Amino acid sequence: MWNWLHKLGSPKSFFAISERLLPWFGTLALLFLSVGIVWGLLFAPPDYQQGDTARIMFVHVPASILAQSSYMMMASAGVVFLVWRIKLAEIALQCAAPIGASLTFLALVTGSIWGKPMWGTWWVWDARLTSTLVLFFLFMGIIALRSAMENRASAGRATSLLAVVGLVNLPIIKFSVDWWNTLHQSSSFSLTQKPAMPIEMWFPLLLMVIGFYFFFFSVWMMRIRTEVLIRERRADWVKRLVLTMKNKRDMKHAV
Amino acid sequence: MKFGKMKTHRRNRLMLVAFLLIGSGTAVSLTLTALNENINLFYEPQQIVDGEAPIGDLIRAGGMVKAGSVMRSTTDLKVNFVITDMKSAEVNMMYDGILPDLFREGQGVIARGRLDPYGVFVAEEVLAKHDENYMAPELKKMIDAKKAEA
Repeated sequence: MWNWLHKLGSPKSFFAISERLLPWFGTLALLFLSVGIVWGLLFAPPDYQQGDTARIMFVHVPASILAQSSYMMMASAGVVFLVWRIKLAEIALQCAAPIGASLTFLALVTGSIWGKPMWGTWWVWDARLTSTLVLFFLFMGIIALRSAMENRASAGRATSLLAVVGLVNLPIIKFSVDWWNTLHQSSSFSLTQKPAMPIEMWFPLLLMVIGFYFFFFSVWMMRIRTEVLIRERRADWVKRLVLTMKNKRDMKHAV
Repeated sequence: MKFGKMKTHRRNRLMLVAFLLIGSGTAVSLTLTALNENINLFYEPQQIVDGEAPIGDLIRAGGMVKAGSVMRSTTDLKVNFVITDMKSAEVNMMYDGILPDLFREGQGVIARGRLDPYGVFVAEEVLAKHDENYMAPELKKMIDAKKAEA
């Protein structure tokens, strides 16, 4: 296990392992997302009060879950980088931030679109909405901090520190609806408790959540692979890789 | 994790990260506890009845719309209703405007407005609070039918 982790930490073996995993993750993401979205939007029952407007949850709920999960994973990479100084962890952190920011943005926008007809307002400064906005700013802050610093080593440390400190926000988002009174309802989707919705809605929602996870991992891996190639462009294994790819292409052209 | 075998400088850095997390966590939780009153989005009916809500200031009040309490004006958009915490506390509400889709008796609402000296809440804006329960229309009909039987 320990050896395997060390192997994963080296850019070269990560490149090889992810090459094998990526097609699987991509296919599974496509499969889960397409089945989930068609099921959710066309075949799941509408809500007795909200009607078809409730269907926005099939995007809103997984986007919100992944926004928080991706922050958790990004901050874990930050801890690994701060303690063990593994280069790949720093790359993983930088690559997760834009994806997390997009997912948080999606969660905020879909929530707002649902809020206008249901609540009667696009936005309210309650604890859940505000803490999610803070999450968005944390992601943006990490992107901004990274691009503001020239020195790669100190940028890695600074962004890791910011990511770790920002972890405090995650329990606030999660428990905001229990600790304070808010306009946002408490959680409807759960794996451990009896969900507050019929199984015909819960199951397609579960498919969407799994699909979003596979989607996140696929995009994350793709971004890390690109970044690894850029940073290791002078390494022998990258040169060899590019050469073999070039040869393959030349051979195709020759045929 | 094999902490025993960990190199000293790594263990120090891990401790540093742990302290960073504990420190910022403590700071944030103290701040949030101190600001608790301001983070709550609305006053509950019981708080208003107990006189905890300031009179004349712009505040939010939230509760369930009491069944049978909604009275609409026949000539304009004015509407009166009562919000309750489903226990004992009740607050009279006055509103002049368009209500959201989900506004109905037995549903949660959050209103922004001012409390007048007589304890009537004059709302400028009424938002519907949706609970976490989702239900298919057929199921709702079945439950209602069963309730009617009993």
